[in-house]
Amino acid sequence: MDRPRGQASIEQLLAAKEIVVTCGSGGVGKTTTAAALAAMAAARHGGKVLVLTVDPARRLADALGVQALGNDARRVPASAFTDAGHPARGELWAAQLDTKQSWDDLVREHAPDRRTARRILDNKLYENISGRFVQSHEYIAMERLYDLHNEGTYDLIVVDTPPTRNALDFLEAPERMAEFFSSRFLRVLTAPARSRVVSFASKPFFTVADRVLGSQFLQDIAEFFSLFQTMAPGFVERANAVSRLLRNNRTTYVVVSTLEAAPLHEAGLFVEAITAKGFHLGAVVLNRVLPSYLLDEQAGLVAGALAGDPSAAAAALANGTGDEAQVARVLTEIAESFLRFQVVAQREAEQRSELSVATDVVAPVPYFETDICDLAGLLRLGEQIWT
Amino acid sequence: MGDLLDRKLLLVTGKGGVGKTTVAASFALLASQRGMRTLACEVDAKGALASVFETGPTSFAEREVQPRLWAMTMDTEASLKEYLALQLHLPAAARIGPLARMFDFVATAAPGVREVLTIGKLAYEVRQGHYDLVVVDGAATGHVVGQLAAPQAINELVQVGIIREQTRWMLDILSDPEKTGMVIVATPDEMPVNETIELAARLRSDTVVDLAAVVVNRVLPELFGRGEEAIFERLARPDALPALRKAAGDDVGPIVDAARLAVTLRRTRADHIERLRAEVDPAVPMLYVPYLFLRSHGLRATHQVSEALAAELGY
Repeated sequence: MDRPRGQASIEQLLAAKEIVVTCGSGGVGKTTTAAALAAMAAARHGGKVLVLTVDPARRLADALGVQALGNDARRVPASAFTDAGHPARGELWAAQLDTKQSWDDLVREHAPDRRTARRILDNKLYENISGRFVQSHEYIAMERLYDLHNEGTYDLIVVDTPPTRNALDFLEAPERMAEFFSSRFLRVLTAPARSRVVSFASKPFFTVADRVLGSQFLQDIAEFFSLFQTMAPGFVERANAVSRLLRNNRTTYVVVSTLEAAPLHEAGLFVEAITAKGFHLGAVVLNRVLPSYLLDEQAGLVAGALAGDPSAAAAALANGTGDEAQVARVLTEIAESFLRFQVVAQREAEQRSELSVATDVVAPVPYFETDICDLAGLLRLGEQIWT
Repeated sequence: MGDLLDRKLLLVTGKGGVGKTTVAASFALLASQRGMRTLACEVDAKGALASVFETGPTSFAEREVQPRLWAMTMDTEASLKEYLALQLHLPAAARIGPLARMFDFVATAAPGVREVLTIGKLAYEVRQGHYDLVVVDGAATGHVVGQLAAPQAINELVQVGIIREQTRWMLDILSDPEKTGMVIVATPDEMPVNETIELAARLRSDTVVDLAAVVVNRVLPELFGRGEEAIFERLARPDALPALRKAAGDDVGPIVDAARLAVTLRRTRADHIERLRAEVDPAVPMLYVPYLFLRSHGLRATHQVSEALAAELGY
């Protein structure tokens, strides 16, 4: 791999860290990259490695050859590594985030008593809210990561991140969760209706909110949050602990992108934000990079000549290979195809150099000609970025 | 298939990275070029719409970026202000700021409120008839069902109040296939195809919105015509390579490799396209947009995609 500066590698990075978070915009291969990193670490470094995915698709389970994944981790059989031609030194485990289950567990843990927990879980707003509010998916992913890390079962945990509307949602989710519970609005809203100190600022709010939402709905919301607030102390403490883990120096971030404009733009934002917030940027992995032979200038000249006038070459080659006109057409087609791909490869190369990267490790992964659908495929990808 | 642009509201969705914004912008451009007053709206404030039209930043206040084509960016707080001003006859300026912030807090927590403000603004533009067509660069596949189901969810949760009244006419517009249609954009890759198949099924089971079309973006061209691949294989055989080098030039190697790559990429993608066609309701048209071998992805790409869509729609 061509690395312009430094001598660090993904191999060294993974050997030194306990948590790896892969991030990037949707569709760039975060989950696959996370699984490939975990598989390589299990194969080469040994120890117990967990890949935790937030992607609800069945694909990772299929690729790893394990039954449907859930909150409980499952071990990828050692035989799968042997079959793939890479006997593993360590163990690879896999788990998938179950958002609903994790929220329920969290409520049970932090509610002051079982009755309150029951009332929260049964509230008709709970299901909707646990699915949506304050980037709950992002928060619960990080919360689950914290749990697993605390258990101390694994030497390395690799986790991917949910496709977020805003690239930074999951980094900020624990802080926002803590802020949410200390919000002035929440206190106003959850104050018992009669004793509500209707201040100058909040009066028009309640007047309008009543008219727009209806007072019953507003009361439902208020009741739900009153219950929810009983969990505040535990929740806030926990959110702060999660936040500390995310910026711990044993946690590193791997930004994943392709060289298309939009994902690359977002990757740039990630790199900036991770650095600005004082998190550890470990590596940038660039997926689906066109092969470097497309940048060959001499080949470009040959293609240009062939595309312009293939007749001489065709005449020489048609000797015994059939119709000269057809040979000429084939030569033109492959020459034009090369030139078209060269345009894209050049654009990619430029965009890659524009990505101002604050890390020593930039790992390009070539376009795979077939889809990655098993452990062998994941290890093949892993080897591309390993050293 | 000409009826796609006869609808009033086109909601464009797709997995991240498939070119959703470019396709949405291209539909809008096509409509405006055919003489329709068109509004293009991006739901996520990422500024992607501005870049595919190569124009300055867009905001909640729509702005004409091409002849007969207006662009805007959704902003739920601004939408709320507009809504409050319109519905409650509140003065547009005074005291709405802090009010909106508190409302925003409730909207963060209360299910569907934010989504309804987004859908509500779009449906409002349709109801008022300000435009012949509203094209939405919508939420990604993972979020869009939640967004569309919001008016229904609110309707069930909220017993009284203005918002309940509001959801009724929104649902009327969303559920009318002559007015509203969903367009899913996919690329011929494994995951986007999987998500498109899943979303098509969920649209039917969980929402009232009609699936108007599936756009397959970035379809690679077939490199060889009939019988030509055999000739290529003969020319590119290891023992034939010296002759090829001699005839075409010493550096012909990468050209041969690139041709093999093009053939393989096209072939794996063709399988995904076939699977997509087999799994999506045959009544839903599929529009194919070729891969663009371009240096940049601005207005020029938008024009080219728009031309490809026009050809597919038979214009």
